[in-house]
Amino acid sequence: MQKIWLLLVLTTGLGSLKAQQVFESFDDFAPLLERTQTDTTYVINFWATWCGPCVKELPYFEQLNRSLAQRKVKIILVSLDFRKDLETKLKPFLAQRQFSASVAALVDSRQQLWIDKIDSSWSGALPATLVYRGDVRTFKEGEFDDFEELQQFVLGFLTPKTKSFVIMDKITTLFKFD
Amino acid sequence: MKTKTGLGIGFFASVLFLLFSFPQLSPVTGLKVGDIAPDFQLKSTSGKMVTLKDYKTAKGYIVVFTCNTCPYAQAYEQRIIDLHNKMEPMGWPVVAIMPNDPSVQPGDGFDRMTERAKQKKYPFEYLLDEGQKVFPAYGAARTPHVFLLDKDRKVRYIGAIDDNADDESLITRRYVEEAIAAVEKGNEPDPSLTKAVGCMIKVKK
Repeated sequence: MQKIWLLLVLTTGLGSLKAQQVFESFDDFAPLLERTQTDTTYVINFWATWCGPCVKELPYFEQLNRSLAQRKVKIILVSLDFRKDLETKLKPFLAQRQFSASVAALVDSRQQLWIDKIDSSWSGALPATLVYRGDVRTFKEGEFDDFEELQQFVLGFLTPKTKSFVIMDKITTLFKFD
Repeated sequence: MKTKTGLGIGFFASVLFLLFSFPQLSPVTGLKVGDIAPDFQLKSTSGKMVTLKDYKTAKGYIVVFTCNTCPYAQAYEQRIIDLHNKMEPMGWPVVAIMPNDPSVQPGDGFDRMTERAKQKKYPFEYLLDEGQKVFPAYGAARTPHVFLLDKDRKVRYIGAIDDNADDESLITRRYVEEAIAAVEKGNEPDPSLTKAVGCMIKVKK
């Protein structure tokens, strides 16, 4: 079942109304955070239509998606809109914007159980962005001021990593506490 | 061989650099459970200047960072009113603080706060964090964000009001009420820290 979700989310041309996937349970969503057996970089942005700074930065993710179309990058815009707003607010918003990036909605209200699983440093405030490739991850709470800032945040993941880079990354992770 | 040594030195230099710079990579700010929270003096929509010291008979304080404009704060507005009405007679008043910069979020200006408080007949003080000094001292990151303090201003619980913003009928845990009950019994609240989705506090760049 989870595999079917993944296939739908990751391989179809997303952003359109029909393809937008709703995850009722975090357990079904979690595999999107664990695609570590590939060299694809995943950029996962958490947003909502009601969140001003989120809506402002969405075009940066669109631009990133277009500019990295030839690279192994998967951008997923995960809406945390209220369940009651999915039909009335999220769908019209998506219809209007026609994102080329993938869109999903996570409506599992047991936030206390899953916020830490996305990143232990996350307070739960929106927007927030997780980028990972293999075992290397980085997370940002708060918005990107412009496209360049987002690009910088992601580009480091796309270049082949030297051994010392990977080790240094491990060290940074080691000393990262909340 | 020489190049290897060179690489090694370069690598260790990088490690040293990272070791010394790591505190900047992960800013640790704000209060933790067990810390003593600072008092404050802030302007209320009631017209008063309010400090925690003013609450002479309080057994503790439900400090809630909230605002007019955030949909999550709006979802919790009536619940915050109900919480005050239920807990204030027991000695645990709500003290609401609006942390956003009104120049970034005009809907949260003091006049708009006053309007909202009047309209909804807020039974608690609704304070403006003028100059935005209080929310960083507490470590509030979102609205709504609760800091439950006992009468010595010791932080006993940080987090959400309950476990379902979306649908009140599906609440299974009322974290703040449970935390107060635990403190009253002389126990540590469990959980003492919860997370929930909310709006980023608006700060001028």
